[in-house]
Amino acid sequence: MRDLVEQFGPLWGSVLGIAQILGFAILLLLTLAFILLFDRKVWAAVMMRKGPNVVGPFGLFQSFADFLKFVFKEIVIPAAANKTVFVIAPILTLVLAFITWAVVPLAPGWVISDMNVGILYLLAISSLGVYGIIMGGWASNSKYPFLGALRSAAQMVSYEVSIGFVIVTVLLLVGSLNLTQIVNHQSAGLWDWHGFSFIGALLHGGSPIKIAMAFVTGIIMFMMMWIFFISALAETNRPPFDLPEAESELVAGYQVEYSATLYLLFMVGEYLNIVLMCAMISILFLGGWNLPWGEVTNPYIGFLVLYTKIWFVFFLFAMVKAFVPRYRYDQLMRIGWKVFLPTTLVAVAVVGANVTFFGG
Amino acid sequence: MLISAAFYILSAIAIISALMVVAAKNPVHSVLFLVLTFFTTAGLFVLIGAEYLAMLLVVVYVGAVMVLFLFVVMMLDIDFVELKQGFTRYLPLGAGVAITLFAMFILVSNTRIAVNIGAGDLASPTPSTDIANNAEAIGKILYTDYILFFQLAGLVLFVAMIGAIVLTLRHRDNVKRQNVTKQVGRPRAEGVELMDPKSGEGVAL
Repeated sequence: MRDLVEQFGPLWGSVLGIAQILGFAILLLLTLAFILLFDRKVWAAVMMRKGPNVVGPFGLFQSFADFLKFVFKEIVIPAAANKTVFVIAPILTLVLAFITWAVVPLAPGWVISDMNVGILYLLAISSLGVYGIIMGGWASNSKYPFLGALRSAAQMVSYEVSIGFVIVTVLLLVGSLNLTQIVNHQSAGLWDWHGFSFIGALLHGGSPIKIAMAFVTGIIMFMMMWIFFISALAETNRPPFDLPEAESELVAGYQVEYSATLYLLFMVGEYLNIVLMCAMISILFLGGWNLPWGEVTNPYIGFLVLYTKIWFVFFLFAMVKAFVPRYRYDQLMRIGWKVFLPTTLVAVAVVGANVTFFGG
Repeated sequence: MLISAAFYILSAIAIISALMVVAAKNPVHSVLFLVLTFFTTAGLFVLIGAEYLAMLLVVVYVGAVMVLFLFVVMMLDIDFVELKQGFTRYLPLGAGVAITLFAMFILVSNTRIAVNIGAGDLASPTPSTDIANNAEAIGKILYTDYILFFQLAGLVLFVAMIGAIVLTLRHRDNVKRQNVTKQVGRPRAEGVELMDPKSGEGVAL
């Protein structure tokens, strides 16, 4: 936005900047509408059903119909609820889900704010997401949402830790907190993508011990990619970790008392976070906008590549939803604290040692 | 122009929400206002170019510490009427503390301007933002000149963590626990037995 202000003056620069943000938001919402449908279609296909197929060709407009239905329903606010907090909670969730996207680069040069501490910003804002849930559960003034909110909050806080450590391993390799630089670090090709850098370790050569260390680091990064993936599932309350709204066993978590538009805001926020996690996996481990065989400098092609990757990662999310049974709550906590946390801590130490002694 | 507008808006919100922390009747509202104060303060940090500090403030205080505060306050069964009592009794003490703090604040800000510390007086001068960005500059100072204090702070936190665990961890003998390794490592032959019962006889267990 600063470039725009410098280029077009304060007035038109600001107008253009706001237009840019609006365009980005609309793109996100449109993506969201179709990704929701895609989620349901994949789920249906695994179960050999047809999925939504009534509204529009192949059910393409199902999400828009759902949207209209949500908006035209009545908002019910419980009499004993804390009304202000009750209404603020879903709005907060949605706003936080949107503003995280400000630092996500979509293509070479296509980013709203190219911050130096971009990834810390992402961590900071996503750690705020828990407030929407706690506030929603508390303000409903009922036992079920409150217990549900505590459940989800504990889950989100636990998995944030391992996500943070996985991100630290990537930062150590890149040596920068800037997301664009993280993508540029993986520009050579598939063998240099952080998720597959063990291939690159064998290609780049060097002394045998350097190759061995780089290979070990590469294997660790491959594991880190999957730990990030699983933690992202837990962090965004996706199946198999959808305990906050386990519809067959528990009451629907913190959102029991929510209806109509307020519920819609919660849901849009949640799905935006899921898409964000898909984008994060693509950027941190799958080379961002770079093609498997080389660098991309054209922003339009880069955008298409990254967009395809996001949809691919989301396809994995949808497949997991379709065929992995739900975890028990204590098992979820055990994986987070007793498996992922020690594993990622050791990984940070090993990757750090490799970067210090062998230069990555 | 945009920056000064942002400064005035953020500081106004920060001051009002800081006031509301003390003035709000409901303790949960107080905590939420405190979160807002921290958040706007982080915004002020961004405005003076300390974006790394701003992000740390949000991650550590807003994202972790205040969530715990909120948990505790929400779980407590608080009697609001009882909380309001004794206001006049504690007023002189509270006012004394407030006035002392305010006086110290003014004194410190005045001395800072009067002494006018030059770059050479500091143990390690802050690198210019052209050479290193925020995170790099802090890292370079923290891991070289101040490494001892940094590690000592880490040690203090570590001891505190161990203390908390020691205080709360209780081993009780009569509690049924599950051994996950044992559960996962159980072979199929132990868990399932295929029977072929004759009609009318059933299975002898």
